[in-house]
Amino acid sequence: MEKKGWDGFEIGAMLRSFDGATRDIATTLPENRPYSQSNSFTASVADWRIEKPLFNKDYCIDCQFCWVFCPDMSIISRDKKMVGIDFDHCKGCGICVEVCPTNPKSLLMFPEQKDEEEALAEWPKKDKNAKAEEPKED
Amino acid sequence: MADTMELRDIEVWDGNMAASQALRQVQVDVVAAYPITPSTPIVENYGNFAANGYVDGEFVMVESEHAAMSGCIGAAAAGGRVATATSSQGFALMVETLYSASGMRLPIILNVVNRALGAPLNVNGDHSDMYLGRDSGWIQFDAYNPQNAYDLNFIAFKVAEDHDVRLPAMVHQDGFMTSHTAQGVATLTDEAAYNFVGEFQPMNDMLDLDHPVTHGVQTEEDWHFEHKARQQHALMTAALPKIEAAFAEFEKLTGRKYNVVETYNMEDAELAVICMGTSVETAEEVSNELRAKGIKAGVVGIRVFRPWPLEQLAAVLKDVKAIAALDRSSPHGTVGTLYNEIAGSLFNTGTKAVLTNYIYGLGGRDLTKAHLVGIYEDLKANMDAGKPTTPLQQYIGLRGPKLSFF
Repeated sequence: MEKKGWDGFEIGAMLRSFDGATRDIATTLPENRPYSQSNSFTASVADWRIEKPLFNKDYCIDCQFCWVFCPDMSIISRDKKMVGIDFDHCKGCGICVEVCPTNPKSLLMFPEQKDEEEALAEWPKKDKNAKAEEPKED
Repeated sequence: MADTMELRDIEVWDGNMAASQALRQVQVDVVAAYPITPSTPIVENYGNFAANGYVDGEFVMVESEHAAMSGCIGAAAAGGRVATATSSQGFALMVETLYSASGMRLPIILNVVNRALGAPLNVNGDHSDMYLGRDSGWIQFDAYNPQNAYDLNFIAFKVAEDHDVRLPAMVHQDGFMTSHTAQGVATLTDEAAYNFVGEFQPMNDMLDLDHPVTHGVQTEEDWHFEHKARQQHALMTAALPKIEAAFAEFEKLTGRKYNVVETYNMEDAELAVICMGTSVETAEEVSNELRAKGIKAGVVGIRVFRPWPLEQLAAVLKDVKAIAALDRSSPHGTVGTLYNEIAGSLFNTGTKAVLTNYIYGLGGRDLTKAHLVGIYEDLKANMDAGKPTTPLQQYIGLRGPKLSFF
């Protein structure tokens, strides 16, 4: 998109979060919010990532750990059900995989270019020798 | 609702009280202030009004002038009518935030009671702080007496808050010579004063919760230039016409007429002294005395220092033969600011006027009528010779051997 000239934007060092008026924004789901072009939510930072998390719903118990721990609100959850990952804003930190408690994990890191179908086909099976880990205190 | 104050038609006020009363009458929402001599009484009086129920707004005491202007910026971005006051070292500490206020297009009113900048530390009036603000993107009005200090505050609010302008404005007055000199000031009723400025019309305010905004964003080489250009465009094209319109409306209300460039005895003047602040009235008196002797002496006062009234000045000076630019600030390494600005205003015109520069009155040193008579004598000699007969820059009122440059 071509950037506007000096006379083509609103005055002040000021940016709007949304296009037009918004009411009850806290109860409006992100996909329904009229985010403006200048809102950071509109920008994709997908190219910051070299590894991506992929999600396998067959093992997910909807515990919401990934949603709670994601530092960039990139786990999409609706009605307490894990839906998927916001790949425009996920930076590939891997915290969601780290905190996933299922066996096997429901989230795993893959190279950025990995095909999702292929990854799901190669998903590891349950490790019967794994001991339940006690949470450690730092 | 704030109590109204019954004022006499003429009150005996110094410049500080005149400014405080104007702030009270326009019902400022937020004053964030840190006191400094000689502007302290402006916010002190205002705090008194606030404590006694004459003001509905908030008075915020902060820990420095940097914090004072930062508080003003926050309150203005939130959507309030905002003002404060400062001087000298405090003004210098505010400088960083002055650029933020103008770049964020927030119509804050700052009363600057002009005072010298140290070292050596000095509490008296000169124009060093006013000149320090000249590139900050603010509109700068200059008062020559307490009446001007009162009137120009109303003009400043009206112009700055206009949605076509949306730039902050300073109202300058000379430390002690105006700020602490009590004179008769013709007043407006609270109602007339408030109605002249009108109710504050917010723009992009943070308290408009239906339209969330982020103020004070960062831009790099991709946007910064465009933002600064837009700001300059407003200051250069919108401000002066709005100031002139406000002056005209104010004249209708009060009979007191202001001009972006004030002239006195200039109709047929051959010799012109250009200065600011209290010096203008001294020069006017001297020009009258010289006129009585048949010398065509005139005075030009800069009422609006920023945006610089280049075209208006060129028009006023087009037939003058010799001009003295008087600067009450140490120019530190060059000619005085007024000399520079006037030279820039006249360079591409057909004028053959001789232009010279005088540095005077630093740290509150008096400018006497005798000094001004001497300046007009120099100008007469320059006019007769058709070229400078003195160095381009001379120090006047200074002890020790005569000091001059260029």
